[in-house]
Amino acid sequence: MRLNCETVAKGVLTVVAFSALASLLLIAVFIFKEGLPFMLKVGLRDFLFSSTWNPQVGQFGIYPMIVSSLYVTFGAMVIGAPLGIAGAIFMNEFLPRSVMRIIKPTIELLAGIPSVVFGFLGVMVLAPFIRAHLGGPGLSVLAASVILGIMVLPTVISISTDAIGAVPNSYREGALALGATRWQSVHMVTIKAARSGIIASIILAMGRALGETMAVIMVAGNTVKVPHAVTDPVRTLTANIALEMANATGMAREALFATGVVLFVVIMILNAVAMSAIKGRGNK
Amino acid sequence: MAVTVLGAATLLTVVVLVFIIAFVLVKGLPGVTWEFLSSAPKDMGKAGGIFPTLVGTVLLPLLAIAIALPLGVGTAVYLTEYTRENQLTRALRFGTDCLAGIPSIIFGLFGFIFFVVMLKMGWCLLSGALTLAIMVLPTIIRTSEEAIRSVPNAYREVSFSLGATRWETVLKVVLPNALPGIVTGMILGIGRSIGETAAVIFTAGSSLRMPMSVFDSVRTMSVHFYILAREGISNENAYATAAVLIISVLLINLVAYSMMHRFIAKRSK
Repeated sequence: MRLNCETVAKGVLTVVAFSALASLLLIAVFIFKEGLPFMLKVGLRDFLFSSTWNPQVGQFGIYPMIVSSLYVTFGAMVIGAPLGIAGAIFMNEFLPRSVMRIIKPTIELLAGIPSVVFGFLGVMVLAPFIRAHLGGPGLSVLAASVILGIMVLPTVISISTDAIGAVPNSYREGALALGATRWQSVHMVTIKAARSGIIASIILAMGRALGETMAVIMVAGNTVKVPHAVTDPVRTLTANIALEMANATGMAREALFATGVVLFVVIMILNAVAMSAIKGRGNK
Repeated sequence: MAVTVLGAATLLTVVVLVFIIAFVLVKGLPGVTWEFLSSAPKDMGKAGGIFPTLVGTVLLPLLAIAIALPLGVGTAVYLTEYTRENQLTRALRFGTDCLAGIPSIIFGLFGFIFFVVMLKMGWCLLSGALTLAIMVLPTIIRTSEEAIRSVPNAYREVSFSLGATRWETVLKVVLPNALPGIVTGMILGIGRSIGETAAVIFTAGSSLRMPMSVFDSVRTMSVHFYILAREGISNENAYATAAVLIISVLLINLVAYSMMHRFIAKRSK
């Protein structure tokens, strides 16, 4: 009687354990199933490099969206990475533990704020500011970059903090013993040692910025055009999917899934690279 | 000198965060009256309250967690109690990590094409909950695994020495002791689901009616907020909805963190 219960339990658990992997495969299969035939039909080059997006007449070039996503993500990293890394270094190396115990959860709260709230504040506060001082409609690459930069801060800070915290104290003590100042030991020894973890945090943050949809829809302006200035309105790949999905049928819908395929592949690669960097460091 | 720059950067981050929360609360709290919370929206949300969305925001994450919790805890139990580290466990963990990195819009696409269209469930609570469950699964698995791992081996050994089987040990010894950690993961999952918009819009729809069954479409607060903001329907209601959203998420995170700290403190005694 007992043994039966035992084998049943083990069997059920084994099946259940595959749920995450199975979901992942299911998602990959369906996204590719809907998107890949389209990409083969229209041709990869036309899809990725043509600048005309006009689903009603059968034009499905997503080049402006690709460029916009890249610009917005790059901008987000320009803002988020230095702030985040600086914050992580400061909190780990120069702040007493008691203060850090208050500030760290506070920053992690940032991660819990829904992205639509960030987007809304971008529209109500940031965009008018940009419009007044820098021209353009306000809803722009710049607005999206700033908002995304703030949104990825918790990711950069928490993973960089882990990386910096994992540097053995003997490294710091060795540097100090050799006569380095506090700041010298931090930037010549600790940061170098934590380098792969910090880079991993940036790559992961890039993946998050690339995949962000709601906030970007609200502040980026959603014009399908290759941007020529940071004040130009743009539409990213994610915004394109979300905005067009409701009214898309047939080939247009397949085009959006194909965009999803592109996003999926790029973000998976970014995440894989970042995770191998983190794990590699742990095995040293 | 360099330290001041770093300190300034940290201060900037904290200031931005506090500003965001304060701004939304200052502009939104005045609109959060009991009437607002308990009445239905009128005029597409221009007037009236957000009661149906509150119901949706409560039901959807709860249903999602109800689906994800057994799957996640089961996976965590399997990974820690029933296997040793090998190819299979590495593959399962890899799957979990990858799942965690997928952006929500892709979940929305998948949920739409799989649950709404292919399985013909339409936009409803169930489609949304199933999609959210998959999104939240990695969080549950990770926190449950940590919680189970932190149960001292001595507990298991004593249980075995008294003649219990592995499953009995898991059920009666390991899981009850790992419960606080598991509940923390559950609360974090709920918190994440509340703020989720992209995946929910494409799977649960945006109906403003009160859901009567799992096959009814619902609108959650974050979706409602998004629609109010984007269509420019009502800025005051948008701020008020945002205030309710932020307070809920903050409360949930606070509860989760304090539970986690108490759990860690109890463990390290």
